[in-house]
Amino acid sequence: MTDSGDSISRRSLLAGAAAAAGSAITARVLRADGAEAAAQAGPDPTKVPGDRPQVLGSRSPHETPEKLISSSIGGVTRTPLQDLYGTITPADLHFERHHHGIPRIEPEAYRLLIHGMVDRPMVFTLDELRRFPSVTRTYFLECSGNGGAGYSETPRADVSPQQLDGLLSGSEWTGVPVKTLFAEVGAHADASWFLAEGSDAAVMARSVPVEKAWDDALIAYAQNGEAIRPEQGYPARLLLPGWEGNANVKWVRRLELSDRPFMTRDETSRYSDPLKDGTARIFSFEMDAKSLITYPAHPVRLEGPGWVGITGYAWTGRGRIARVELSLDGGATWASASLQEPVLPKALTRFSFGWRWDGEPAHLMSRAVDETGYVQPTVAEMQAARGPRSRYHYNTIRGWKVGADGTIGFATV
Amino acid sequence: MRATLWLSLAVALTACVSIDESGDVADSSTPAPIEGPGGGGSFGFGRTASAQEIAALDIDVGPDGAGLPAGRATVDDGLAIYQARCAVCHGVDGTGGPNDVLAGRIPGDGFPFATEAARSTVGNYWPYATTLFDYIRKAMPFDAPGSLTDEEVYGAVAAILYLNELVAADAVVDSATIAGLVMPARDRFVPDDRAGGPTIR
Repeated sequence: MTDSGDSISRRSLLAGAAAAAGSAITARVLRADGAEAAAQAGPDPTKVPGDRPQVLGSRSPHETPEKLISSSIGGVTRTPLQDLYGTITPADLHFERHHHGIPRIEPEAYRLLIHGMVDRPMVFTLDELRRFPSVTRTYFLECSGNGGAGYSETPRADVSPQQLDGLLSGSEWTGVPVKTLFAEVGAHADASWFLAEGSDAAVMARSVPVEKAWDDALIAYAQNGEAIRPEQGYPARLLLPGWEGNANVKWVRRLELSDRPFMTRDETSRYSDPLKDGTARIFSFEMDAKSLITYPAHPVRLEGPGWVGITGYAWTGRGRIARVELSLDGGATWASASLQEPVLPKALTRFSFGWRWDGEPAHLMSRAVDETGYVQPTVAEMQAARGPRSRYHYNTIRGWKVGADGTIGFATV
Repeated sequence: MRATLWLSLAVALTACVSIDESGDVADSSTPAPIEGPGGGGSFGFGRTASAQEIAALDIDVGPDGAGLPAGRATVDDGLAIYQARCAVCHGVDGTGGPNDVLAGRIPGDGFPFATEAARSTVGNYWPYATTLFDYIRKAMPFDAPGSLTDEEVYGAVAAILYLNELVAADAVVDSATIAGLVMPARDRFVPDDRAGGPTIR
């Protein structure tokens, strides 16, 4: 519980403790999107032979989550955050942000070149990358432009979690640590940056401080237990845990070690953050703590007073989420939500909070706190620090206003 | 940093090596890869890259101009290239669409992007002209990326610099021009000062 938690009614706090058990069921029943149709009885499944297994599984025909495709040049799709459970995003629902489409790469032809400030420039095949000792880690990925529509005190109300913050996903990644490869090539001690370059039509490239390689960077070739999918970088991509999505270069073909950054298009004219003092932050890699309620959220409509299992995601690029606080009154009072264990560093954390809605208007908000003590800021706090039109790293507090009729709209203040 | 040498490739292939969160090898009885710069250990995978292989891919251009190829173009040559290959997406004078606006300066070369509704362009936002050459050569034009000759890339760069009033109409643009040009926004970029903790930056 937080310092201001006492202000929340005892009933709501007790509800929080009971949230884990009942939230999912209550939440889904209350959906207003016609899911009740699924409850119509078909043939008694105990009286007919069941279907035969297939070589590949498929979703229930009643479950149809989809990415939302944007018309943006290059390619953008958003993850249906409101349709997911737990903390792993199915690979076929992982968001996409491409700068010139999805390249087709033959695995036999794939090569990773590592050169520059090294003792021995080297080329690795995919099979060779897979032969190195591997690590498997769970991390979130988020586009640093995610959620820009929330950087306003007067945002559009009719946006869903997917529309607002769908450039966010979580996966289990498997690959070889970049440090293992850098040791193999004999990276020079005075190399301070490396260029990571993709083999897409944009030849997307970013400069990365070499310290990240010696920390936790991966060349990942698998996601959620299978080979990375083409739209996620097949056959291999750079994975920079906790850092803005763009720097996690997909289809990576080349790492060049250097003693200075390269000043590519996507780290200067893009993915730099203008500030109110007439400067712009460059190489702003870390994603600060953020959270989002994914239920209840627009376009869900609560059908009437009763138990509501509030749930959502929290994440931070700086380590672990320490706690998530919930407000039912637009930020006047806060109480702690339950966190699903284990809370992993730089990974999506699922939070939940049981709420007994009394039918009165309410304003739900979530606020993440990470282990560095960073508290997800309000829009006003962030705009005061950066300026109202600053770009990227939109991690301000999000909220949903619940009307007396049960309709829900996005609102930040 | 460990300095353990591999005993043999066979040991490497049969050992169960796992690397924990700190990057240290968990099983200290197992030969470990070198952790950190300057290590001498090797798994023996991969092969040395040839100079030709490196040259084929290593076409990036650094902010100091390193990597710029031979070649040059006049603004007139460049405008012809621009109209033929660039204008359909960026407008005849670099201020149109449907894709990025390329040209335009802000009075006094201000940098009001965090506070005003200003469109960022090459002339008012990009800190290095070298980036322009690097990006166009690799990624443009959108319908045929990487198809321009080095001379044509110099031409497109010359045209875009001219449309931003950064070179004169009679300029000849080459590697020295691009590397030597101090773009209006060059000194606007600052390191990331966010560091976690309670302060909102």
